[in-house]
Amino acid sequence: MRLTASHLAARRSGRRIFSDLSFTLVPGEALMVTGRNGAGKSTLLSLLAGRLKPDAGTITVEDVGEATLPECLHVVGHRDGLKSPLTAEENLVFARDLLGAPTLSPRAALEELGLGHALKLPVAYLSAGQRRRVALARLLVCRRPLWLLDEPTAALDTASQAVLAHLMTQHLSEDGLVIAATHQSLGLEGTRELNIGEAAAPRAATSPLTASAPEVWW
Amino acid sequence: MIRALVALVRRDLLLAARVGGSGALSLVFFLMIVSIVPFALGPDLNLLSRIGPSILWLAAVLATLIGLDRLFQADEEDGSLDLMTGAPVQMEAVVLAKVLAHWLTTGLPLALASPLFGLLVALDGTTMAATALTLLVGTPALTFVGAVGAALTASIRRGGLILAVVVLPLMIPTLIFGVSASQAASGGTVPFATPLVILSALSLIAAVIGTLAAAAALRWSE
Repeated sequence: MRLTASHLAARRSGRRIFSDLSFTLVPGEALMVTGRNGAGKSTLLSLLAGRLKPDAGTITVEDVGEATLPECLHVVGHRDGLKSPLTAEENLVFARDLLGAPTLSPRAALEELGLGHALKLPVAYLSAGQRRRVALARLLVCRRPLWLLDEPTAALDTASQAVLAHLMTQHLSEDGLVIAATHQSLGLEGTRELNIGEAAAPRAATSPLTASAPEVWW
Repeated sequence: MIRALVALVRRDLLLAARVGGSGALSLVFFLMIVSIVPFALGPDLNLLSRIGPSILWLAAVLATLIGLDRLFQADEEDGSLDLMTGAPVQMEAVVLAKVLAHWLTTGLPLALASPLFGLLVALDGTTMAATALTLLVGTPALTFVGAVGAALTASIRRGGLILAVVVLPLMIPTLIFGVSASQAASGGTVPFATPLVILSALSLIAAVIGTLAAAAALRWSE
């Protein structure tokens, strides 16, 4: 698939977060979204995931047939989408059945991330890093071309970060796409970087736009 | 698509069984209201059996509200709703699956247990069966109407009270026809079938409008 975003702008609670953000992503390419806290990295990922509507601009996908963008992507973010009372396996089986296009079994996916022993454990008993790895295992139980990762290395130890880098390299070599919002290097070669703070000057910081946009305060 | 919906229903039933929470709690709440009313009214069996169906229906309406606030809020908080946005099914289908699972764990047990609770308010056999039947037919309407409120308040912390204020007025038609059907069974000028058919119609209408409205509210919530 091929992803094109042109002149994107986002507004939250009446404040313009970024504007005029454009990029194109072709198969096998990874995009690292960087920027200071509050620059709008997570907002950009929410726009792509279809949870927010852009204030302006368009997002288009090509070569995906009839599927819409939210149906072509995986999201792993701060809110991990795991149910604490269910075991890691039950969570992954649910994600696989819900999202479709199954590939690896939950057991194989967890073993890939070094969590094979946690298969039958309720997610509530896992640590933050282990929970994140269960959420990452979702990337492997069903095949989707675009991975949206929000701070994927948060709470991960160095070994797991290396595993994640390996998984991303593998995904890219299979013509996948990765967009990751991060503050740290992901250990990938040849990634492009999109710095939101520079790409779209945070005008709100210097000249408040709230006065020009009172209609959104409802 | 069917696979995704079955997965949703199965997960919610599993969660309800694992956590225990709202299903059993709303049943206990139902029992509490029904058993507290005779204390307030006094031991007048004739009075109790005359207003018994109304008490059961009122208790059912209130018990439905228990746990309804977490219907979408829990998924909104932990990010499961984002997962469902990415599923290859419409949001309406997701809502339908979740409401069905919720009804199976709250509304259905309520209807099944109501003959037992009817004993507490001195109902005779016919009225007991009729009330259980009307609850079986009518509680889906309550759940679907409630789902709209649950979707609207999904991103509000402590939205439970707002939810009750929003949905209780919308439950009044169901309450009216539910009670009148149960009372028609124990005599009166209206045949039992007439209000029962209207009650079924209300459930069907609520299923359509409730599903569409709740899905729209969830999409629009950000």
